[in-house]
Amino acid sequence: MISLANPTRFLGLVEIVVPWLTALVVILLGAGLYLSFFVAPPDYQQGETVRIMYIHVPSAWLAMGIYAIIAIAALGTLIWRHPLADVAAKAAAPIGATFTFVVLVTGSLWGKPMWGTYWVWDARLTSLLVLFLLYLGLIALWQAIEEPGRAGRAAAILALVGAINLPIIKFSVDWWNTLHQPASVFRAGGPTIDPSLLTPLFVMAAAFVALFVLLHLIAMRAEILRRRVRALQQSQVEHAALAGA
Amino acid sequence: MSPAVALLVRDVKLAWREGGAIGVALGFYLVVVVLMPFGLGPDLNLLARIAPGMLWVALLLAALLSADRIFHNDYEDGTLDVLTTGPLPLPLVAAIKSLAHWLTTGVPLALMAPVLGLLLNLPLDAMPLLVLTMLAGTPAVSFVAAIGASLTLGLRRSGLLLALLVLPLYVPVLIFGVSTVSMAIVGPGSPWPPFLMLCALSLASIVLAPFAAAAALRTGLR
Repeated sequence: MISLANPTRFLGLVEIVVPWLTALVVILLGAGLYLSFFVAPPDYQQGETVRIMYIHVPSAWLAMGIYAIIAIAALGTLIWRHPLADVAAKAAAPIGATFTFVVLVTGSLWGKPMWGTYWVWDARLTSLLVLFLLYLGLIALWQAIEEPGRAGRAAAILALVGAINLPIIKFSVDWWNTLHQPASVFRAGGPTIDPSLLTPLFVMAAAFVALFVLLHLIAMRAEILRRRVRALQQSQVEHAALAGA
Repeated sequence: MSPAVALLVRDVKLAWREGGAIGVALGFYLVVVVLMPFGLGPDLNLLARIAPGMLWVALLLAALLSADRIFHNDYEDGTLDVLTTGPLPLPLVAAIKSLAHWLTTGVPLALMAPVLGLLLNLPLDAMPLLVLTMLAGTPAVSFVAAIGASLTLGLRRSGLLLALLVLPLYVPVLIFGVSTVSMAIVGPGSPWPPFLMLCALSLASIVLAPFAAAAALRTGLR
């Protein structure tokens, strides 16, 4: 981690990793999509709609995992002042928000045939909706503060506050949900998943993780370069001001 | 008078004498609650059923309306810089300012809620419990709002941003606050478990939030 603190060295590493990772994502995603659309059997109850699961579930794992990464990066920003921690958190937030959005959309599309309506205030969907709002808040805070250093620290504090709150929100939403409606039938306990469904799920999960790492590295590279451009522009303006004076 | 008490007295006095701050929040609370029946229809049974939720949501919005004032005026005139260099630790400053916000916003809003409850046909026996839950839950509202207020200090459109940052964090307060009152009116259980959860949320916010707010203030004042 310490050797990576040098952005130039990090950028060099990204240059090497990105082509290989792109190939890995293409292979895994191709295999995963093939397995989930053509190999995996349709569910005896849900029919073909069960295939939504192969997008929905890995996205949900990532949606939560990416928030955890942001929270860890926030610790890196506040405690160790690691120069890349803030870049990592900022680059991860829109990707996490996108995956959360995918969960919500696929969940609602899955809900239409299963529950008969696009949206049910199901405990898990509701918690993820709140998570989506937390992502939006983080992104908005980054956008609102111009100076990158202050924005990074402020967002790190907000991310940690959110990380402490998320389990409480999850618990309270679960509690509220059991109060208002009986647990959804097809989720309660759930029948044990057959391996024929599990293999495509795990391949898709691996593909999504690789996709996230790839997108994250590219977004981090873009953010580092954006800051360099910003610094260059600022020094140019200062030079121009000095020359004029 | 110790510095902490002096700061608290000063903040409460300022909020009272400044005019507007408390009155506007109460007026906003009234307007939001009055608007609801126009949207939902005047069916008293329906209104009575959803009254606790409506009163709580309107209270959160009204409390947020004044939340960006927790630090804003002191930030503008430089008082906050003096406070950071003063004898009080910054988390204590944040805690006292949150407490002042609670005294001047949370408490008046909670005390006004029964009057608005009458408009919504909330049963009279539920009124004491409604006020009690709001008094127990609004400390969490004020102390968490202070985090948002310190994060958005000095930013453009800080009020809107503050709402986006803080409202999702109020989900647990809303759930347990509304549940306590609903449980007392229609059941199906005892109102005390959610009430105790609400108290726990407030106590945890009082202990933890000032540290987050102080850290955020430091990034803003640098």
